[in-house]
Amino acid sequence: MSGEPLLAVRDLAVVIGGRHILHGVDLDVAPSGVTALLGRNGAGKTTTVRAVLGLVPRTGSVRLAGEETVRLPTHLLVRRGIGYAPEDRGVFAGLTVAENLRLAERPGAGEPAYDLVHELFPELKARARQPAGTLSGGQQQMVAIGRTLLNGNRLIIADEPTKGLAPRVVTEVARVLERAARAVPVLLVEQNLALVRRLAGHCAVLADGRTVHRGPAADLLADPDATRRLLGVGRRTAVTEEHPMAPPGPDPSSAAQAGKAGA
Amino acid sequence: MATVVLLAATGLGLGALYFLVAAGLSLIFGLMDVLNFAHGALLSIGAYATWWAASGHLPGAGSGGAGFVLAVCFGTAVGTLAAVVLELALIRPLYGRPREQVLATVGVGLAVPALLSAIWGPDARPFPGPAALSGTFGLLGARIPVNRLVLLGAAAVVLLALRLFLGRTRHGLVVRAGVEDRAMVTALGIDVRRAFTLVFAIGGAAAALGGALGGLYYGSVDPGQGTSLLIFAFVVVVMGGMGSVAGAALAAVGVGLVQQFANYYTTSGLGDLAVVVLLAALLLLRPRGITGRLA
Repeated sequence: MSGEPLLAVRDLAVVIGGRHILHGVDLDVAPSGVTALLGRNGAGKTTTVRAVLGLVPRTGSVRLAGEETVRLPTHLLVRRGIGYAPEDRGVFAGLTVAENLRLAERPGAGEPAYDLVHELFPELKARARQPAGTLSGGQQQMVAIGRTLLNGNRLIIADEPTKGLAPRVVTEVARVLERAARAVPVLLVEQNLALVRRLAGHCAVLADGRTVHRGPAADLLADPDATRRLLGVGRRTAVTEEHPMAPPGPDPSSAAQAGKAGA
Repeated sequence: MATVVLLAATGLGLGALYFLVAAGLSLIFGLMDVLNFAHGALLSIGAYATWWAASGHLPGAGSGGAGFVLAVCFGTAVGTLAAVVLELALIRPLYGRPREQVLATVGVGLAVPALLSAIWGPDARPFPGPAALSGTFGLLGARIPVNRLVLLGAAAVVLLALRLFLGRTRHGLVVRAGVEDRAMVTALGIDVRRAFTLVFAIGGAAAALGGALGGLYYGSVDPGQGTSLLIFAFVVVVMGGMGSVAGAALAAVGVGLVQQFANYYTTSGLGDLAVVVLLAALLLLRPRGITGRLA
């Protein structure tokens, strides 16, 4: 990783209801590009993200651009420049698309970048007055990502942004994340390894609530033994289109990427 | 016919009173998941503060004309202040501990009437109101007390103001979003606790106004008034769909009317039971309340 990490997480621990969910997560988010957070289901990826944001009680160290933030309440941490698209998209169903975006505006933090959001997702402009609860999953994901792009954020955290989406939409989300990452570092939680291969520079892998691997994403995905051991996928090749972690459905683009990844 | 009109007007007046209490209760529960058992106490505080001011203790305030308006404003302001203090001093430190929160509000709900009773005695005190509001007017052969109209007007204004606040302002937007998903609101960089205090203040103001105008409706104030109204307000909140102001308005009208008609046409007291039966039936048929949606 070149340069100081933008986000440095050390020894992050979360205990909920007496159960240790995380015990010792270390994670560095590179100052540019996409850093992927990987791991099997239940490894603690979403909890890690939520703990970084202070949405669950946590201990350890979370430094954003060198400053310790572990004691900051969520809203103050976010105001330091974090855009968050959660796993369930966090879209307010009873509010319109426009209202969902307006909520993400930060008064006093400069003009909201509606031009960018509407350029990337013209559909959000056309559906501005539609209740967000009536949108398709893909459109809701656009709202969630749109909210992260509205402010001049320093870091975007996207938790499984392609989960449950149609292959065509996965491609579109990937395109937007790729473009966003040119301007802002992205921490991407993702099960779709083809996407990770396409977007991510670095990665961290979690297992049972702790970090078990850190390094360049390409190296990990090129190593079938490591991917099998760390992510529990693939027999002989790291990523194939039949791969359980690749997106379902006959999507030519993701299949092509998966093929590349497996080659 | 005259009886039906009178019963309807009284039922609507009672419904207006329920709405004033339930509106805040519903928003507080919807946003904060707090069952505020102290909400009746806020009504009592508003009622006693208005009574105290209208009885000539507050310079400028009195039982007639502008003096009475000032007394109602004073009562509402005291209730609002009490609500803010309650939120900051008791609810906020117990955030994330719902059981303790409920116990604390139950405690306040018991302590305030006891305190009022200790200071001004347990008996009902006659409520001084303007002569113009103690009369009646004719409608379809019935003589309707003017104060019913005042309550209905106040409830309509509060409903309209709340809808404008929720629909047109950023604070209102934050409240509506918070009712759906509080954590996500904070994850967007918004201090949702400010919305908590605001909603408590709004709820307290509406309840205290209900207390002030309830004094007109009942003709007296007593320490237990708030508590007995609170029970029906809870019924209204559940029927209207927790967190929905429009639902609370609809349910309040329904509860007020059913209660009045059932009490008159069957045995007195059966109206209160009818309301509970109505609640049970509605919960079985539409578990999310009348409107089936939030805020």
